[in-house]
Order: sequence, then structure tokens, then C-alpha cells
Amino acid sequence: MKGNVIKYERDNIDTDVILPGTYLKLHDYDELASHAMEGIDPEFHTKVKEGDFIVSGKNFGCGSSREHAPIALSHSGIKAVLALSFARIFYRNCVDGAFLLPIEIDEEAYKNIANGDELNISMETNEIKNVTKNQTYQMKPFSEIIGKIIAAGGLFKFKP
Amino acid sequence: MNITEKILARASGKERLSPDDVVFVNVDKVMLHDVSGPGVIKVFEKLKNQGINVEKLWDSSKVWIAEDHFVPSAEKVSAENIVKLSNFSKKYGIEKHFKYGLGQYGICHTLSHEEALVLPGEVYVGGDSHTNTTGALGAFACGLGHTDIAYVLLNGKIWFKVPETLLFKLNGKLPEHVMAKDLILKIIGDIGTDGGAYKTMQFAGNGIDEMSIDERLTLTNMTTEAGAKNGIIEPDQKIVDHLASRGATEFTQIKGDSDADYSKTFEYEASEMEPIVAKPFSPENIAIVREAPTIELDKAYIGSCTGAKLEDLEAAAKILKGKKVKIRTEVLPAAISIYKKAIEKGFIQIFLDAGATVGPPTCGACCGAHMGVLAKGEICISTTNRNFPGRMGHVESQTYLASPLVTAASAVTGKITDPRDLN
Repeated sequence: MKGNVIKYERDNIDTDVILPGTYLKLHDYDELASHAMEGIDPEFHTKVKEGDFIVSGKNFGCGSSREHAPIALSHSGIKAVLALSFARIFYRNCVDGAFLLPIEIDEEAYKNIANGDELNISMETNEIKNVTKNQTYQMKPFSEIIGKIIAAGGLFKFKP
Repeated sequence: MNITEKILARASGKERLSPDDVVFVNVDKVMLHDVSGPGVIKVFEKLKNQGINVEKLWDSSKVWIAEDHFVPSAEKVSAENIVKLSNFSKKYGIEKHFKYGLGQYGICHTLSHEEALVLPGEVYVGGDSHTNTTGALGAFACGLGHTDIAYVLLNGKIWFKVPETLLFKLNGKLPEHVMAKDLILKIIGDIGTDGGAYKTMQFAGNGIDEMSIDERLTLTNMTTEAGAKNGIIEPDQKIVDHLASRGATEFTQIKGDSDADYSKTFEYEASEMEPIVAKPFSPENIAIVREAPTIELDKAYIGSCTGAKLEDLEAAAKILKGKKVKIRTEVLPAAISIYKKAIEKGFIQIFLDAGATVGPPTCGACCGAHMGVLAKGEICISTTNRNFPGRMGHVESQTYLASPLVTAASAVTGKITDPRDLN
């Protein structure tokens, strides 16, 4: 999985920022994508490219249970969010709906990865290669159940 | 095992569970509303295209629907979502659909306890993060997204990782000027907005025993703001009586064992509690009201599942009786049943005489959706639960979270005000 980084260097990026409440009535995925990250970065939809990664701090996706949030990011082209930690509903929405990968990274990776860096992420080795900086970081491996649901392609394809 | 572990063990057919065990649990009740409902319908469409049968729910008698976020409809898209919900409940035979303009309706979390839709010992999931609220009845209550709710509707079960439990003990009865809202803001200030992440937040102690159900619901409601999987309080006679008065008498109370494990215990002395506000832009950004910034407010909002239950309205009415509001003030009872009781008790007359506007039950401005949203630069004091950037309207508006007492006192002065300092 290869892509470029859009970095938001702050903690607690909440669902109201990822997809503001006024758009909760919308259920067209592309329309939702056009409002992704509007609460913090109104230009996001013009700069995001297919395959990009978001990198951010602690407690990414806190707040509401709105699946609109991972949907808006995923339909903008985001393949994974790399964060120091995730809020629980956002995390399981990403995985169970097979929208994008929520990848936990450590402080070193968070500090070193810069906006625009090109990353190459390997799920087999749990390695994140920073192609731009020629560095390699380890991601936190997925727990057993999460790994299985991701491998299946979402909760509905997962056989318990 | 503690209460959460025992409920999850019962629902998964296990003898014993410990934190980090992953189980599929049988679900007892499911809720959708006019935001998560259309989201679930969209998931059903996708599944149908993949050849998955979505023609029948696992048990439509266990499902209920609330119209609360975008009602009364302000424009066409919201109106169409309400039609979609009606078609959904008709197709699947869901009888418990609380429609606005048709008798009892209101915010889903309020209906869950007003209508005894969820019972002690049950596993209850809802398509809304504040589903945690209903844990005050002694149920495992947890919010999920559209895909997970769709899965439950078709399969009757869902996976959970058993959470570890943080125990918050309140010693003594809260002073008259302090409400459960102040306590939960203090707790979130102490542990942070991810302090309860993936965990259970359980409340206990003689201060909780003394507390009314409405106040307990404020505590469990805002466990979501600390990132908790669920908030819970062991059921007692007050809960049994409350449910009995609503016709629900058949349920099995589950309580924790005397040797149950809690990963951490926090103690709070009620007598030391003060009125608290959470400043923009996080519920953890707290200040004692008497030390809060002396800014000019534009609006006071008394509404939502957190702060528009009957006792919240009673607290606000106590302050506003015979007084005039100095800033725009909106009061929205959380359900029609509460609205009616507030009329009977004279609270609504007090609000109107004070100059406030009284509106119908809706999540409306709390989530920046409609009916009372904030303009750029406006500052609001609110009985709601979140104050992220743009939460109640423009991204450059600001919200201070407070108890109904503090919010009403601030409505009178136009500044953040401790109820004790109001003449």
C-alpha cells in the first residue's frame, strides 16, 4: 500500500471536524466525500488524492458514531489513517465497514512522518517505510479479531 | 465478575469473561434514528447488491426507531429521510417507531428510559454514540455505526472485546448548587477525553444511591465524552420502581460480585464539588464556574439527551422563576412526555415569562444540524455534551458546557454565572 501523507499534527480530531453535523442527513458517499475534513481543512477535498494517508495524533475520530466520517474519508481516496490512538466507534466503523485501515503508530513515527512524505505500508511485516526519508517504522499489529475482519473484507464477509 | 462482565457473559453463553476476551453477544434491543436509520438502509442496499438476503430482520420486536436529529424537518433531504424511515419500519414490521407529530416522540436516549424500552441486564446497542446513556438502568448500552447495526438487525448478535472497568465512587450527596453534570465534567477533566477509551465507566457509592435517575443518566450519557465503550450503574429499587410505573416488571437484575475486579477506582467527595464549565473546544477543558472567563455570552441552550430531562428543566425553572433572560435562550424538552409534565408543573410558563423560546424535542442545535445553530463568533452556554469546533454551528462559534443550573443563571446575567452568585 503506497501513498502520500496529509498530516494534521494535533490530538482529538473529532467526527464533527471530519464530517460536520449539518451533513449527517446526506447519505450519498461522494457527496459526503466533498465535505470531508471541512471542520479543520476546507481545502481537503481539492488536495486529497486516491491512495493518500492521513497522519494524526491521539484519539483520532472521537465523538459521534456517525459512519459518515470513515465513509467521507474513504470516498475521498484515503486508504489508511495513521494515528497515535483511535476512538473506539470510529475504529470499528473503519474495520467492520471495510472503509479504510486505522493504523496505530508510535511517537517516533508520528514525529518523523511529515506532510507530503511518501509511505509504503506492508501489512505482512507491519512495517511502514518512509520512501521520502528512507526510514522504517513499525506499526502496532492489529489484534486477532481486527486482523481477521480486515482480511475477510469487513464484518459481513467475516465468518466467526 | 462486575456487572458489565456478567451481562456480556450471560449474552454470550460463557461461564466467565475477563477484560480483552472477544465474544459475539446476543443483542436484546436495537435502536436507530433518522441519521443512523438511512445509513443502515444504505448498507442494506449494498448488501443486497452483493447477494446477501436483507428481506427479513432477526427480530423486529426488539428494534425501535426514533425521529430526533433532523425533526421537525427543516428542508427536503431531512423530510425524505423521515419517509425512508417510515417505509423501513413498515417493510420490516417494526411497531415501536416514535414519529414526531404523532404522540410521544423525542430524543432516542430519553425515550429509552421514559418508555422503558431497555431493561436491566440487557445488551442494548444503538446507532448513536450517546447510547451509553441507557446504562443508568443497569443495562450494557453501547453505540455502534451503521454497518454494525445492520449486522445486528440481520444476525441478532455482534462482537465485543470485553472492556476493563473504571469505577467512580461518589461519597455523599451532591450540594444543592451542584448537579451530576458538574461531577461528570470534573471526571472528564481529570481523566481526559480518551481516559475511558475502550473501557467501562461504572458509577457507585452512596452519592449515586442518593441520586435521582435523571441525574444518573447525565453521568452515563457523558461517559461517551471520555471515550468509554459503556457507562453503567447497578440497578436499585429506584430503577425497579421507575420501570414498574411504565409497565415493565419482568426482567432479571444483574449486579457485580462482591469480589469483582475494577482496573482502577476513583473517589469523589460530594461536599467538595463545585459548579463546572467545559470551555471550548473540548469537554475535558474544564474550569470552576467562579474562575471561568468573564466573557459576554450570546445564547443559552437548554436541550438534548444530556440536559433536557424533567429534572434539568426543573433546575432551570428554579433559577428562571420571576427573572428575565438577558441573552437569547432556547429550551427544548427532550421528549413530549417531559414537555407535558413541564407544562403541568409550570416550568414552561416560567421559561416563557422569562423571555425564553420553547421548542419541540429535537437534537437540532446540539449537533449543529438546525433550529438554533450558532453564527460565526457566537458564544453559547449549553446543557449539551460536546463542544468541538463547529459542533453547534459555525466552526468559529464557541460552546461552554454546563449544568442546567449554571446555564439558566448565565442566561439571566449574560455571563458565565455560578447559581449561588445570582441575586
